[in-house]
Amino acid sequence: MSNNSSLWSDALRRLLKNRAAVGGAIILFVLILFAILAPWIAPYPYAYQNLSLGASPPSAEHLLGTDVLGRDLFSRILYGARISLLVGFVATTVALVIGVSWGLVAGYYGGKVDSIMMRIVDVLYGIPFIIFIILLMVVFGRNLWLLFIAIGAVEWLTMARIVRGQVLSLKNQEFVLAAQAMGVSSLTMFKRHLLPNILGPIAVYATLTIPQVMLLESFLSFLGLGIQPPMSSWGTLIKDGVESMEEYSWLLIYPGITFTITLFALNFFGDGLRDALDPKTSDN
Amino acid sequence: MFGIFVRRVLLAIPVLIAVASITFFLVRLAPGGPFDAEKAVSAQVLKNLNEAYNLNAPLSEQYFDYMSGVLVGDFGPSFRFPGRSVTELIMTGLPVTFELAIYAMLIALLIGVLSGVTAALKRNTFLDYIPMSIAMIGICVPTFLLGPLLVLIFGINLEVLPVSGWGQLPGDKILPSITLGFAYAAYIARLSRGGMLEVLNQDFIRTARAKGLSEPMVVVRHAMQGGLLPVISFLGPAVAGLLAGSFVIETIFQIPGLGRFYVEAAFNRDYTMILGTTIFFSFMIVFFNLLSDLVALWLNPRSRDS
Repeated sequence: MSNNSSLWSDALRRLLKNRAAVGGAIILFVLILFAILAPWIAPYPYAYQNLSLGASPPSAEHLLGTDVLGRDLFSRILYGARISLLVGFVATTVALVIGVSWGLVAGYYGGKVDSIMMRIVDVLYGIPFIIFIILLMVVFGRNLWLLFIAIGAVEWLTMARIVRGQVLSLKNQEFVLAAQAMGVSSLTMFKRHLLPNILGPIAVYATLTIPQVMLLESFLSFLGLGIQPPMSSWGTLIKDGVESMEEYSWLLIYPGITFTITLFALNFFGDGLRDALDPKTSDN
Repeated sequence: MFGIFVRRVLLAIPVLIAVASITFFLVRLAPGGPFDAEKAVSAQVLKNLNEAYNLNAPLSEQYFDYMSGVLVGDFGPSFRFPGRSVTELIMTGLPVTFELAIYAMLIALLIGVLSGVTAALKRNTFLDYIPMSIAMIGICVPTFLLGPLLVLIFGINLEVLPVSGWGQLPGDKILPSITLGFAYAAYIARLSRGGMLEVLNQDFIRTARAKGLSEPMVVVRHAMQGGLLPVISFLGPAVAGLLAGSFVIETIFQIPGLGRFYVEAAFNRDYTMILGTTIFFSFMIVFFNLLSDLVALWLNPRSRDS
């Protein structure tokens, strides 16, 4: 165990030296805080309309201006952060659970089980999932949780491959053989011996999955097939902004900036984490 | 080598059948009949409509009818555009989407490979940092944000390029193509940089240099062949991305292509159109994935002998 903890503290030291990654982490932390505290920080409720005001540019009362219905843009971005980040974390968790279990089983049992399971992954890779998500949204209605699960169910494939590869390289090592000889059950083997040793790659890939998932959600919301009004995610805010950008450009620019900065932060943090945990690949 | 080819092609067939079947039954699961949204029609009319669209037959029969139609490229009639077949609608939109995708891909390859290879050769100089920072922007700024921003800048504020359309005004193809191609340029730049870096350190490059080949010869004849393999493997999945991107681009720029038809069909609940386009998209994507796999396999000297 002592060897393991020094691996993590080494990684942490390397991570802290990477300025882009630390910056990304700080931005993410602030964003998550804002999203959680939105009901208390937001100056107005997200659906509060002031029709007589209409669209107004940024001012003292409305930090980032208001939209055509007189809704405060700053509040809507804050509430949008809740949805967008929630999608990111929930869908990534779904992908994580499926992908890690799939990869663990395939890699550990090997042989026929492995080749059948990985062949299924190969096949699924070739399918245009974005089209299937749109199809699901059309068939079953635009349900928030269905959207989360559908997106997560799409993103697990790479995770399964990564985990399987890691398990394959671990399973012939002495500590695994020793545990097997002691008659440890498969479940204990996964939990106690295999998972702790592959947490690094899992953490890295999970961090890099979150921005993918958020992009997918906002893509669907942009097309009008994701989050439905009066709720707002950053995707729907950008969609609304595009519709009125000729006169009210701030409605596009501020949500756009927020979303882009978040994606930057997530990507920088994910890249930094990868470099910290696996210094070998930091060249690419 | 030939064996792998055959196996890959054979593997694609069950995938396509599975995709088509799943789509068919998913669409049949949709609540309500296809004519529910229209004005209330009399029972007799509804019966005739169902008759005309072959919806009275048992599901299994409908399924086999549909699948055998798909085999010969017949996706049935459109629910929303009476008198027009889905195949006809696909064929109207396809050339437009194809043209857009080709321009975008050309832009992506040209910019991506050029900057990626340069970055690898001039590693850790500003010729490496600047393109790679721009690539990071390309990956982080979503298409549906980049497109409107470009329209805002070049179409509305500077008034140098048309805001929308396709082939109606001079220059109206520029913004959509750039918007769609930019993210791929970014991915390709990163992939080609990574691939080139790996190859440039290998012995055969040192040999080529040692025997006195000029640097451009070393790069173009020797390094790029192996260094660009990741790019070629990426091209298949990129086609899937380009198609998905076309949904957004064609909506933003009001381009009458397949992507816009698909989004409209999703809104109108034109089930036959959704079914047909989904199957058609899947076929294309599976086909291009297969193609890029096979090309990459063929170009890779390591797999050539086996």
